[in-house]
Amino acid sequence: MLKNPKDFWSGVMFAVIGFAFAIIVKVYEYPMGTASRMGAGYFPFVLGNIMGVLGLIIIGQALLTSGVRVSKFAWRPLVWVLSAFVIFGLIAKLAGLVISIVVLVLIASYGGHEHRWKEALIASVVLAAASVAIFVYGLKLPFPKWPEFLGLG
Amino acid sequence: MEQLFSNLALGFSVALTLNNLMYCLVGCLLGTLIGVLPGIGPIATIAMLLPATFTLPPESALIMLAGIYYGAQYGGSTTAILINIPGESSSVVTALDGYQMARQGRAGAALATAALGSFFAGTVATFLLAAAAPPLAQIAFKFGPAEYFSLMVLGLIAAVVLAHGSVLKAVAMIVLGLLLGLVGTDVNSGMARFNFGIPELTDGIGFVAVAMGIFGLAEIIKNLEQGDEKREVFLTKVTNLWPTKQDFKDCWGAVLRGTGLGSLLGILPGGGAVLASFAAYTLEKKLAKDASKFGKGDIRGVAAPESANNAAAQTSFIPLLTLGIPPNPVMALMVGAMIIQGIQPGPQVMTERPQLFWGMIASMWIGNLLLVILNLPLIGMWIKLLTVPYRMLYPAILVFCGIGVYSLSNSPFDVVITAMFGFVGYLFVKLDCEPAPLLLGFILGPMMEENLRRAMLLSRGDPMTFVTRPLSATLLAVSLLLLIIIMLPAIRKKREEAFVED
Repeated sequence: MLKNPKDFWSGVMFAVIGFAFAIIVKVYEYPMGTASRMGAGYFPFVLGNIMGVLGLIIIGQALLTSGVRVSKFAWRPLVWVLSAFVIFGLIAKLAGLVISIVVLVLIASYGGHEHRWKEALIASVVLAAASVAIFVYGLKLPFPKWPEFLGLG
Repeated sequence: MEQLFSNLALGFSVALTLNNLMYCLVGCLLGTLIGVLPGIGPIATIAMLLPATFTLPPESALIMLAGIYYGAQYGGSTTAILINIPGESSSVVTALDGYQMARQGRAGAALATAALGSFFAGTVATFLLAAAAPPLAQIAFKFGPAEYFSLMVLGLIAAVVLAHGSVLKAVAMIVLGLLLGLVGTDVNSGMARFNFGIPELTDGIGFVAVAMGIFGLAEIIKNLEQGDEKREVFLTKVTNLWPTKQDFKDCWGAVLRGTGLGSLLGILPGGGAVLASFAAYTLEKKLAKDASKFGKGDIRGVAAPESANNAAAQTSFIPLLTLGIPPNPVMALMVGAMIIQGIQPGPQVMTERPQLFWGMIASMWIGNLLLVILNLPLIGMWIKLLTVPYRMLYPAILVFCGIGVYSLSNSPFDVVITAMFGFVGYLFVKLDCEPAPLLLGFILGPMMEENLRRAMLLSRGDPMTFVTRPLSATLLAVSLLLLIIIMLPAIRKKREEAFVED
């Protein structure tokens, strides 16, 4: 049984990522060069190994000390917020600013504790209108407001 | 001296144009807004607004972004005093005595002390910045790659001191940041690294995506997890704004010491507003003859940290503007803003772009003045904003983040990367890994590699160059000393205590 899971898993994360960087340098054969003429692989290889070793030390410490459990992931906000964000990015070009913002807000609103349909709908429309005013008219960012095939600009 | 005034005159001629005045105002207001609102800080805000500054002239862009940073210090203290919720971590200690003062019906005096103390500190620090920058830049021109490398090591180690929790984890976070910063094309050989055949990654991971994912999205998810806590707004009417004569007498010393300490800590790499406010509060408590009143509404407990955090917010621009090295994550974002505008931060900014350099400095003083004038009358409005429930707030933050990231390159790619870093940032929260050092490492990664390579080339591969050059050796020695000090058990305990109040 792990006595300090928080530090243990942090250590695992650092060790895995650190050594992964070092291994990638070797696998993809980034040139190491010499100390006076460092190649593209030199610095990342050294850093990756440093981080990997740090991760191992953290794991070692975690096994000797007692600490806190990793609290449960809040999957609900995590999934809804991030997926809303990604979907926004994917449809922004096709659907235009207004529709993609409404979609973003509606999906993200499921991440909250209490979901209120009407409130989310009103918020999405208000935010879409405000964004068009600020970013398209105010800051003149090159965003299409509506889907291209509608020809509304 | 004469040079100083002609420089400042040039600065004011830039900062006082109607356009720049407006951007300064917008920055200050935005800064105050996010300072008031818990759950969103200057890092996420600046990252969000960076893309919107693409189209602005560099002076206006940097003036506005700087305003957000020091404006946040003002806003954070308002809520700390009135409702015991520090909007920013730099005003955590202000809440200790400020809120007690408010409960004793002296909210007005506390707010005015905070505002006037901040303004005084801001003025002094601005002049300090104007006076110290040119000679420091001269020194910076003498820096070779070895000195730059060692200075960055010092900066990163100092960031560890500031991080919460385990020192080892903070160091590992820095290295992770450095590594992530290396993704993309190697400037020396033109070779694409760690891009796995994805063409967008040859330009590297955008730091806006990293900052916004970790400090914006992950923060939202964390807040949603904690639920919509009911924020009690205890006081809506603030009367008796002006402090009494006795108040002035009590706090002027604290303001002076806070300003001095804050200015000093702001310049140090790794320093910044948070450290300054903690240190200033501790110093006052140590110096006071009757320390018993601290924590029970002592005006010095408001005056000192508020002066200190504002002074530090100003002087932390010194290493950025003279050496091109960011001392904290907010300044790291400013580096990004400058690079986007085609400006390489460093000592040459002052000579090559005097309007930008002095305009920015002058605007900071104007911004501080605006904040004093605007903030006191607007307090009622800021308090109203706090009654907006988080479920209304976070969709707006998300929308601004989304538009900000998307407009970076008008492609979904950056949005996806940001979402990934949102997940990573949430993982960091769960594992108690402080993300601020990572962002600093991320910005410094390529610079560090570049300087390491050049230093090693000049020394023909002899790493002793870092310890035989006196300046570089001193910087490394200080870094080592810092690292040893924070590892010492006694100090370690103290450090943990200091962050418990957080």
